[in-house]
Amino acid sequence: MIRGLKYALTQAFVQVFRNKGMSLASIFSITAMLLILGLFFFVTVNINIATESAKQQFNTIEVYLLEETSRDDADIITQSLLSMDEIAGVTYVSKEEAMEHFKDRWGDKAYLLEGLAENPLPNSLRVELTSLEDGQLIYEACRNLIGVEDVRYYQEEVKKILTITDFIQQGALIIILFLIIVSVVVVSNTVKLTVMARQREIMIMKYVGATNWFIRGPLLAEGMMIGCISAGIYLGLIWMIYSRMVELFSNQALLLFSTSFVEVGFMMRNLIWIFIALGMSIGAFGSILSMRRFLNA
Amino acid sequence: MIRFEGVTKMYGGNVGLLDATIKIEKGDFVFLVGPSGAGKSTLIKLILKEIEPDEGAIYVNGREITHLSNREIPPLRRSIGMVFQDFRLLPNKTVYENVAFAMEVVHSTKRAIRRQIPQVLSIMGISDKADKFPAELSAGEQQRVAIARALINNPMMLIADEPTGNLDPDTAWEIMKLINQINRRGTTVLMVTHAKDIVDRMGKRVVAIDKGRIVRDAWGGEYGYDD
Ligand SMILES: Nc1ncnc2c1ncn2[C@@H]1O[C@H](COP(=O)(O)OP(=O)(O)O)[C@@H](O)[C@H]1O
Ligand SMILES: [Mg+2]
Repeated sequence: MIRGLKYALTQAFVQVFRNKGMSLASIFSITAMLLILGLFFFVTVNINIATESAKQQFNTIEVYLLEETSRDDADIITQSLLSMDEIAGVTYVSKEEAMEHFKDRWGDKAYLLEGLAENPLPNSLRVELTSLEDGQLIYEACRNLIGVEDVRYYQEEVKKILTITDFIQQGALIIILFLIIVSVVVVSNTVKLTVMARQREIMIMKYVGATNWFIRGPLLAEGMMIGCISAGIYLGLIWMIYSRMVELFSNQALLLFSTSFVEVGFMMRNLIWIFIALGMSIGAFGSILSMRRFLNA
Repeated sequence: MIRFEGVTKMYGGNVGLLDATIKIEKGDFVFLVGPSGAGKSTLIKLILKEIEPDEGAIYVNGREITHLSNREIPPLRRSIGMVFQDFRLLPNKTVYENVAFAMEVVHSTKRAIRRQIPQVLSIMGISDKADKFPAELSAGEQQRVAIARALINNPMMLIADEPTGNLDPDTAWEIMKLINQINRRGTTVLMVTHAKDIVDRMGKRVVAIDKGRIVRDAWGGEYGYDD
């Protein structure tokens, strides 16, 4: 068993180097496939994070309370709101706190507010939605509550954001599907070429009396080795491309979505094993596919 | 050693072999002759269980092989050394590795491999080619490697399908002498050939096939027809 494994590995190692042309073609096509899948994985992850954070900013409804609504009444309203599934949290914001926020936002022009005789801001409840899609419903519900003066909710902005993010996510999905089809075609063509190159070799081995496993072992190891090398090349490339992308775009991304790209190191740590496993599986799958036709005879 | 009893093999409407009965004893040297398409390769493929007969029984070493399971085919092939017109060497392995492959297949130890391969390469007169790849060798040298590989595990039988077909007359005769030597040491030989001069000169048993039928089987025979 261990001897067989050692045999398969040494044979595979030698053959990968001797069949340089074939190995390079396979490495190229597997790397290309990984690159396509990987780049789009990165892009989708970042799009999702960006759209989620964009949604986060609009998932609060400000409920302004009437002057005569007491803190106790506010607590009762809070409780009734919290009982709804569509609401994730409710925070009470006193008029004093609201003024503080206001001053913060005005920054060095805050002195203009000093002149005000009394605080014109109302007490309010900040309602956080579980999902942006329920906004309209909760908005209506809040308006009908007793003790509420007004409700602020960015309806139009939310609608726009929802259409844009849906569009982006669906677009990404379509492109990914398209690219997956392309890469499957590329890899299966390479496999076909390898099959034809290997057909005669397998036939000869069978004439000499090799069992199917004796032939399969080294070929399988060879496929996995090629997949592993491809994954290594891929990871190197993606690291370079992604670092460059972060460099170029992270400032704009900050402006647009107030979120940064997912950190490079984090991405790499999570992806190394996934992509090595993926590369090896593609290689193994290719080998099995190319052997199946000739070993059953 | 090998026995065919009323073996018929059809390829759709084409005749491969028709009701063939033949017996080859241990130590025999048999030439299999006949025009192109007569069924010579079909007979060999049947022995190696590369194809299945439609009718009849085939015995190899006293064992009926038409009902062997897939798992029993590799051992059957290991008991027979095969040599072909087109050599069938593994292109990405050196001469040494090509011969070693036949030993690795039967799980020989590294030590046994290291001991036996130089011996057989030396018998075949290709010791100095051990580290060359097949593409770097002449046709005659490639056929010597193929014979070395066929013999390395001491098979009881050597089957050669037109082994001299791609060789010039002098080289062909060299190879023929090698095969004769192998037979004298006790290995049964079945050789398909179109080389009239070789058959006539060797004076061995000749089995002639035509249109799938065995039409002649004579000791000390001659090639017997013109191509
Ligand atoms: N795979 C096959 N399919 C169809 N016909 C075949 C096949 N192999 C051989 N034949 C036919 O069987 C006959 C015998 O072929 P073969 O044994 O190869 O002849 P030989 O080796 O004597 O030249 C020929 O007529 C050939 O065309
Ligand atoms: Mg033939």
